[in-house]
Amino acid sequence: MLDIKKYLRLSKLPHIWCPGCGNGSVVRALIMAVDKLGLSKDEIVLFTGIGCSARTNVIVDFNTIQTTHGRTLAFATGFKLMRPDMKVIVITGDGDGAAIGGNHLIHAARRNIDITTILINNSIYGMTGGQYSPLSPQGTYATTAPYGNIEPSFDICKLVEAAGATFIARSTVYHIQLTADLIAKAIAHKGFSFIEVVSQCPVGYGRRNRMRTPYEMLMWQKEHAVLVQQAQRYSLEEMKDKFLIGELFVNKEKREYTELYEELRRKLAEGGEG
Amino acid sequence: MKEGVIALTKRFKVVLNTKWCKSCGICVEFCPKKVFEFTSDGKVRVMREEMCVGCRSCELRCPDYAVEVREGEEE
Repeated sequence: MLDIKKYLRLSKLPHIWCPGCGNGSVVRALIMAVDKLGLSKDEIVLFTGIGCSARTNVIVDFNTIQTTHGRTLAFATGFKLMRPDMKVIVITGDGDGAAIGGNHLIHAARRNIDITTILINNSIYGMTGGQYSPLSPQGTYATTAPYGNIEPSFDICKLVEAAGATFIARSTVYHIQLTADLIAKAIAHKGFSFIEVVSQCPVGYGRRNRMRTPYEMLMWQKEHAVLVQQAQRYSLEEMKDKFLIGELFVNKEKREYTELYEELRRKLAEGGEG
Repeated sequence: MKEGVIALTKRFKVVLNTKWCKSCGICVEFCPKKVFEFTSDGKVRVMREEMCVGCRSCELRCPDYAVEVREGEEE
């Protein structure tokens, strides 16, 4: 089995996440993917923003950059333009990526820049004390929704697809092997790739929503996730409270942004008119 | 060996790093052989190592990288 410790900063462990938090497992899936692809630690740059998800870059021994809240993709875009040879990976959360960073997310997707974005969706703002996010399902409870959240949530995968991303997938922490496989595919994909990983926050979300243990939350993921290849077995009624996992959308036709940028740069360097 | 008899030919060592473990209980629930158990003060400990069949479910699912299953130490 893979020796995960090769890829970790052992002096930073144990990490600061709560008991049963899914973030540690997402990091494991990322490392499994990197190991599968045979990438070296030095050719990867991991960008994070603010929040629980942002702590991933403390424990992982890649090149790591922590940026301001929600602006992760803006920093990552700048870096990727400067160093298109590097593998740029962004880890963000549902608050960091879908709320504060929602605008950067749709524009990075629109440009189809070769960045792999992993959005850990735990349905809550964990670090700041359990406020609901744009991905908290309607009717769930949070410190800012003590009587139940009345806001409908985003289907973030559909949003990113509409914005123009060219690889879109969803998985859960329960399906950790699938998550690792999808991350590997996303890193190998040329263009903007996006993976939503449905995760568990036992402290901020679970205990307010009738799931008392991390295990119960993992079982919730197992029971509510439907593999996209098996979706036709379910009726619309049965799919109502379920969500799809797997590879949801791939487009290999659309041109990648740094390539177009390099083409333009060359043309102008040769004295062309652009 | 008689047909239908499963003999455990391999032994596994289940190492729990108690400095990293936060006793979330994921390994306790996922282990098909009930190798892990909560102590009376709520800590997870390896209780029945000899039952381990080496599925490594605990290792894969531990969010704190605290469990390691080692193969093969012959007895």
